[in-house]
Amino acid sequence: MDWGQIITQTLQSAVGREAVVWALLAIGLNVHFGYTGLLNFGQVGFMAVGAYGMAISVTEFGWSVWVGILVGLGGAALLALLLGIPTLRLRADYLAIVTIAAAEIFRRVMAVPNFKEVTGGADGLSAFAGGFYDVNPIPDGNYGFGPWRYDGREAWQLLVGWGVVLLAVLVTYLLMRSPWGRVVRAIREDEDAARSLGKNVYGYKLQSLLVGGLIGALGGMMFALWQSALNPGAYAPGATFLAYTALILGGAARIWGPVVGSAILWGVLRFADVALRQAIDAGYVSDSVMTPSQVGSVRFILMGALLALLVIFRPQGIFGDPREIALEPR
Amino acid sequence: MTPGTFTKVAFDPFESVPEEPGAAKSDPIMTIDVVTRRFGGLLAVSVDHLEIQRGVITALIGPNGAGKTTLFNVLTGFDQANSGTWTFEDQYLNGEVSHAVARRGVVRTFQLTKALARMSVIDNMKLGATKQVGENFFRSFMRPVWRDQERQIETRADELLERFNLARMRDTFAGELSGGQRKLLEMARALMVQPKLIMLDEPMAGVNPALAETIIGHVAELRDEGLTVLFVEHDMDVVRTISDWVVVMSEGQIIAEGRHASIVANPLVIDAYLGAHHVTPLDRKEQERQLAEAEAAIVSEEAGHESE
Repeated sequence: MDWGQIITQTLQSAVGREAVVWALLAIGLNVHFGYTGLLNFGQVGFMAVGAYGMAISVTEFGWSVWVGILVGLGGAALLALLLGIPTLRLRADYLAIVTIAAAEIFRRVMAVPNFKEVTGGADGLSAFAGGFYDVNPIPDGNYGFGPWRYDGREAWQLLVGWGVVLLAVLVTYLLMRSPWGRVVRAIREDEDAARSLGKNVYGYKLQSLLVGGLIGALGGMMFALWQSALNPGAYAPGATFLAYTALILGGAARIWGPVVGSAILWGVLRFADVALRQAIDAGYVSDSVMTPSQVGSVRFILMGALLALLVIFRPQGIFGDPREIALEPR
Repeated sequence: MTPGTFTKVAFDPFESVPEEPGAAKSDPIMTIDVVTRRFGGLLAVSVDHLEIQRGVITALIGPNGAGKTTLFNVLTGFDQANSGTWTFEDQYLNGEVSHAVARRGVVRTFQLTKALARMSVIDNMKLGATKQVGENFFRSFMRPVWRDQERQIETRADELLERFNLARMRDTFAGELSGGQRKLLEMARALMVQPKLIMLDEPMAGVNPALAETIIGHVAELRDEGLTVLFVEHDMDVVRTISDWVVVMSEGQIIAEGRHASIVANPLVIDAYLGAHHVTPLDRKEQERQLAEAEAAIVSEEAGHESE
C-alpha cells in the first residue's frame, strides 16, 4: 500500500471542492440549527434553488453568470419565505417536515421531462459557467505546495470557494457576537422566554432561515460552477445529512465548527476510499468481502460508524463545549 | 414570616374599595372585562370584571385548575381569549401578540422557570433590555453602532445581578444555577425590560424557605420602587406577608376580592379550597385507613351473620 498517496489524497480532499461546498451548507445549517434551533432538513433545497436559479438565468435568459448568482440568491430568499412564513409560527417539527418535502419537490419538478426546455429535465443543464472562468485572472500553470498542487482553473475555483467560505464565516461571526445573535440563541433555548422579554421571535426565525438559506445557496452555486454542469440527481436529501454530519463533527454553534467538520468529513471519506481500494489491490481484502465497486458505499458506512463513535465519546463535536451538552434541554 | 414584616404602602389605596369580586379601584393599571377562555367543553377562564390597582402587590390565588395561569397566558398574549377586552394604562391590550405586550410594559415570568440554559447569566440578563439597536439585523454587523448601548445595558445588568445576589454566577451558564437561583434570575431578567406591571407565576414554587423569604423581600422592593406586581401563589403565608390585595379564582371565575383578613374568613373561599360540596381527593394514608375501615366493617358484618 502506498501510504504517501493515501495521505496526499486525503489532504487534498480536506481542502477540496466538496469540502468547500459542504462547509457552506453546514455554515448555513449552523445558523439555522446550531444558533437558532431551527430544524432544517432541506438545506439541499436551498442549494438546488441557488444552482438552478443561476444556471437557468444564463441558459434560458442569456444573462451573465453574475446576474445569475443574484437570481439564485433571490430564489433562495423566496424559498426561505415560502417555507418560513407558514411554518415558523408552528412547532419546530413542522419546519423539518416542510423543508425536506420542499427540497424533494423542487428536485423532482426540475427532473420531469415536461419542463425539459428550461430545466434540462433529468439530464440537467450545462454551459452556464463560462462567465465564471472568463474572469479567472490566474494564468495556467502549476500552483501550490506539498500535496496541494493545482492548475490555474482549479486554483481559481478554490480561491473563490474558500473566499466565499471565509465571508460566510465572517458574517456568522459578526451576527453571533451581536445582540441579534443573542436573541436567536435565546430562541434556541426557549422561545417563550424570548417572547416574554419582548422579542419578535417569528421575525428573527425568518431572518435566520434567510441567512442560512442564502449561505446554502452559495454552496449550491459553487458546486454547479465547478462541475460546469448541474444534475438533479446531485440534490437528493442525502446532501443535507452530509452537511449535518459535518456540522456535528465540527461542533454546532461554533464559528469554525462546520468548516473544520466539512474538511474532516471529506478527508476521512477520501482516506477510506483510497485506503480500501489499495487494500483490495494489494490482496489484503478478498473479493468475497468487498469488491472495488463497493468501496464507494462502504466508506459511508465507516463514516456512519465514526459519527456514532463521536456522538458517544465527544457529543459536543471537535470545537464544542461539553458543558453545553450536559445542559441540553430535557 | 410574620405579617407586617414588610411595610405596606403609606396611604391605603383600598380605603373606599368594597371587598367584593369586580370591585372598582381608585387607580387601576389594568382593567379586565368579560374575558373567557374555553378548552373544548371546559370554561377555563370566565372573568366578568377585574381591576388591578397600580403600585401595589396583588395576589391571585385559587385551588389547582382555577384558571390562574390560563388568565396570565391570556392577558400576556401567550394564549388567545375566546372573548373579552382588557386594557393596560387605559389602552387596549387584547389582541396584542406576546412580545408586543412585553414592550408595552407588561412582563411575566413562568411557573416552570425558563432560564436560557446554554447562555451565560449575564447574557440572559442583557437579552431582557428593550430597544436594542444591535438586535436589528443590518445594524448588528456594525459594532460601533451598538457598542455604547451594550455597555450601558451591561452596567444595568450587573447592578441587578448584584442586587439579586447573582453577581458571582455572572459568567456561568444559566443551566448550572440551582432552582432558586433560576427564579431570581428570571425576576431580574424581567426587570431588564423595565416593566410597569410584572406578573409573577408562582415565584416561590419549589424554592427553599430561606430563599423564598429573599424572593419575598425582592417582590416587596419592586412595589416600593413603584412597580405594580400581580402574582400567583399557593402559599397563604406568603400571600399574607406581602400582598396588599388578594383576588381569589375558582373554576375560572373571580369568587372573592379583598384584603387578606377578609379573604381567609370568606366562606366562598374556604369552600373553594376545602370543597364543602366536593369530595376531597384522598392521600394514600387516608385511602388505606378507609379501606381498612371498610374491611373491618365487612368482617364484623360477616361475624354478625355467623352469630345469627
